[in-house]
Amino acid sequence: MKTVFSENMKMADLIIGNSKLLLTFQRFGMDLGFGDRSIGEVCRRNNVSPQFFLMICNVYCNDDFSPSSEDIKSVDPKTLINYLLESHKYYINERLPHIEEHLNHIVNACIPKDGHTLSRFFQEYKNEVVDHFLYEEQHVFPYIQQIADDNVKTDYKIKVFHENHTNIEDKLSDLLNILVKYLPADVFPKERVEIALDISELSADLMSHTLIEERILIPFVRSLED
Amino acid sequence: MKSDNKIIIVEPSPMVSAGLAQYFDDTRQLSVVSQLDSVDRLEEKLAAYNPEILIINPLLTAYGDGSLTKLLRDYPGMVTVALVTSYVDKNILKQFKDVIEMNDNKQKVVSKIFSLLSDTSSTQEKNENVELSNREIDVLVALAKGMTNKEISDKLFISVHTVITHRKNIIRKTGIKSVSGLTVYALLNNLVDESEIYEV
Repeated sequence: MKTVFSENMKMADLIIGNSKLLLTFQRFGMDLGFGDRSIGEVCRRNNVSPQFFLMICNVYCNDDFSPSSEDIKSVDPKTLINYLLESHKYYINERLPHIEEHLNHIVNACIPKDGHTLSRFFQEYKNEVVDHFLYEEQHVFPYIQQIADDNVKTDYKIKVFHENHTNIEDKLSDLLNILVKYLPADVFPKERVEIALDISELSADLMSHTLIEERILIPFVRSLED
Repeated sequence: MKSDNKIIIVEPSPMVSAGLAQYFDDTRQLSVVSQLDSVDRLEEKLAAYNPEILIINPLLTAYGDGSLTKLLRDYPGMVTVALVTSYVDKNILKQFKDVIEMNDNKQKVVSKIFSLLSDTSSTQEKNENVELSNREIDVLVALAKGMTNKEISDKLFISVHTVITHRKNIIRKTGIKSVSGLTVYALLNNLVDESEIYEV
């Protein structure tokens, strides 16, 4: 198992050594330019609990990391929900439009039949992702806030969310397969490599996002429900 | 040669089938993954196991509508061996790579199979072919048209279980998991027409 990160490490070393984390700290409102400050210092300056920040980083970088039950108990629901909302925003407002823009160039260069097919597939995927996030934002997050605030028992349980948690990574990997293997070779080869890189990066980040929901969000809510 | 070579036996007599399976079992290198007494569930078993060797009684193949020939064409890497228990016309036996006869002893049967296996492993790049079989294409096209497993099973006269096995193989071979992704694959490869899928 890889090393688990600690508060005294330098923030800059953490980020440089783990490029996956380049996407995380901004979601906490932190900006680059860390100098020699430690993780703990940077967190406190930005009013983020170092414990929570480290939990996110550890889930991101170690596939087999599961936070301890004390870690889970320490979670502040607002910070967690805010982090997830920021991730959603990034996917919807930045990543997907970026991929879409590249894809449109490819769509326009394809024969019309293939172009329609590709763009229809991507639209379908985008709608699916938007619905997925919307469900979480309208049902799951308010429930978490409610149960954390005053213990109101509603019929909804996090189990329902866990069971219906749809997989939004499959179609993305399908798109990657289609671009790499099945689209005729003569269509925008350079741009296709670009977009394949973007998709791989997005897939990896979505995978970590799912892990955060499964290893932090769900256990946290379970602990409140009990 | 791979240590685990899969064999399917199709033979109406349970005694003959069990005896043959015992021969292969004793070698510890050949494993009989399925024994059938008719061709009814052959498609399902072939899709599930993708065996190296099919041993089949020609009496079960002689009559029929050619659907068996069509099915076997989907497994070009598989070696088909006739298991002859009574008189069979020579022309029928021509379709098989080799013949096992009732009076063959254990050593003869086993060495026939081993030599067939070493032939195929040297001449072919193993039958882990990634091309979709005709049957898998049938299933893929039906999926692209939005049919359910049940509807596909009714249309192709195969069990829902077999449909699911075909689907798993399609996913493994194409690397594409979602139905809409498979639809894109079918369209790009001109297996279906746009008008068949989306209402225009």
